[in-house]
Amino acid sequence: MNERSTHARSRGVDHFMTGIFYIVGGSAILLLLVLATYIVIKGIRSYYPGVMGFTDAGIGNQLFNTVYLVVLSLIVSVPLGMAAGTYLSEYAKQGKLTEIITMSIEALSSLPSIVIGLFGYLVFILMTGAQSNLLAGAMVVTILSIPQITSTTRDALRALPDDYRTGSVGLGASTFQTIWHVLIPACIPRVVTGIILVAGRGFGEAAALLYTTGQSTIIDWSNWNLASSTCPLNPLRPGETLALHVWMMRTEGSVVQHSTEIANISSMILVIAVLVFNLAARLLSARIVKKNRGA
Amino acid sequence: MSDNKDKIVVDHMDLFYGDFQALKDINLRMPEHEITAFIGPSGCGKSTLLKSLNRMNDLVEGCKITGKIEIDGQDIYDKKVDVNQLRKQVGMVFQQPNPFDMSIYDNVAYGPRIHGIKNRSALDEIVERSLRGAGLWDEVKDRLKRNAVGVSGGQQQRICIARALAVEPDILLMDEPTSALDPISTSAIEDLAMELKENYTIVIVTHNMQQAVRISDRTAFFYLGEMVEYAPTDELFATPKNPKTEEYITGRFG
Ligand SMILES: Nc1ncnc2c1ncn2[C@@H]1O[C@H](COP(=O)(O)OP(=O)(O)OP(=O)(O)O)[C@@H](O)[C@H]1O
Ligand SMILES: [Mg+2]
Repeated sequence: MNERSTHARSRGVDHFMTGIFYIVGGSAILLLLVLATYIVIKGIRSYYPGVMGFTDAGIGNQLFNTVYLVVLSLIVSVPLGMAAGTYLSEYAKQGKLTEIITMSIEALSSLPSIVIGLFGYLVFILMTGAQSNLLAGAMVVTILSIPQITSTTRDALRALPDDYRTGSVGLGASTFQTIWHVLIPACIPRVVTGIILVAGRGFGEAAALLYTTGQSTIIDWSNWNLASSTCPLNPLRPGETLALHVWMMRTEGSVVQHSTEIANISSMILVIAVLVFNLAARLLSARIVKKNRGA
Repeated sequence: MSDNKDKIVVDHMDLFYGDFQALKDINLRMPEHEITAFIGPSGCGKSTLLKSLNRMNDLVEGCKITGKIEIDGQDIYDKKVDVNQLRKQVGMVFQQPNPFDMSIYDNVAYGPRIHGIKNRSALDEIVERSLRGAGLWDEVKDRLKRNAVGVSGGQQQRICIARALAVEPDILLMDEPTSALDPISTSAIEDLAMELKENYTIVIVTHNMQQAVRISDRTAFFYLGEMVEYAPTDELFATPKNPKTEEYITGRFG
């Protein structure tokens, strides 16, 4: 009798807690939906002809800058982060040094991005004596991205069965051959998922870029001379990103014609882009899970 | 029973994992073109000894070896020895089939490729020869592009054998190669081992006494890190000299 009532009570608690979790989870979804819908509707309402154009009246240039900056930063952060993650998983012995590296990476990933932005300003602008430029911004995003790519790579490699290593080494492969030909290919899907998330974050980054990329974009789409400061592909030219543009349009730039519309539409694009990046990463990892199960 | 020359000689060998001594004063000569079986209760050091024959123990931190292991008269723990070359010469098949997450073709071609063979038709030939050697060619020749992880366990194990054969070893080490397989796959692999000994020297670890009797020429019985008895298989099973051996093969412990 007594036992049964304890049982009933614990079942009651169980129901209650489940309910709480549903409410919390439900509110999170609701919040996201409301926010995203609000931003998207405002974005659509703000549409005016020429907004997607590559002139001062449009945001084409800023969109291009953003994509270009993310690509530039990935070119550096992916190899460095993957190398660091591989080192930690495959080469590093347990010990002080490894512990220090791991701790530094964790600390780095939790620094506020504005701090990294200021650090980037110091190193890539003041110390090089350069003007604000896209590359400097890309390097700041690189610093932000490396910790996550490192830990994703490390975790993906550690999750691989040891059988892969012994199988390869047992055939006379060196450690490096084993890593390069067996381990890295086997964990590419997971690493790519991580990279997509990192790219999404870089896409929406604003604070870190405040001091490095500059707030102007003067480019000439017929000029393909890389050394020229108006060439779109010159990484050493100033180049405002979309997220920064939103901030600008609501502050100093609010005198510009259509500034409110531009901010609304840019926000919509950012929100949609980040959702797409996250969705892509989810779909990819869902496919990995399915593949691993269904082998 | 054998006039074959000794291929592998283990001489006063001790092995330590940190402070723990896993093998004690092992002395063993394994002749060429024969199958030697290692038997003994769990934890007695069979896998440990097997792995020291191609220096897979190098991967274990804190593993130390004293004494000598010679293959073809060469001390394999000598500083001059190229470990990767050694492992190419001494192939290994593991308890759990462990094909890579790649096509059947790429699995078998993996070894030759890392040892520098790039030519497509040469690789094609090696893949076919190795899969035939592993008795698998007819089953998989139409689906070489299929992922090796998706085939049956028995087929996976034979892919692993083909993969080992592809680098042209002259010794094959097999650590309980059939313990994860069904009876039909098991007998396929046993038949295969007996064919392969024409060209290879084989060392097999097994928990299955019948398997040792069926396929091996010699059997070594291990207990608590020591080699208790080593004799031609029929002798060891018919007239074990050591009471421990007798207890084990009659199933009184283990
Ligand atoms: N990497 C290791 N580090 C420390 N001790 C180990 C390691 N590998 C094995 N040992 C120990 O060495 C002894 C021999 O292990 P080994 O795996 O060689 O036994 P085995 O005869 O193959 O057993 P089984 O039949 O269960 O496979 C065991 O006591 C085991 O716990
Ligand atoms: Mg074992």
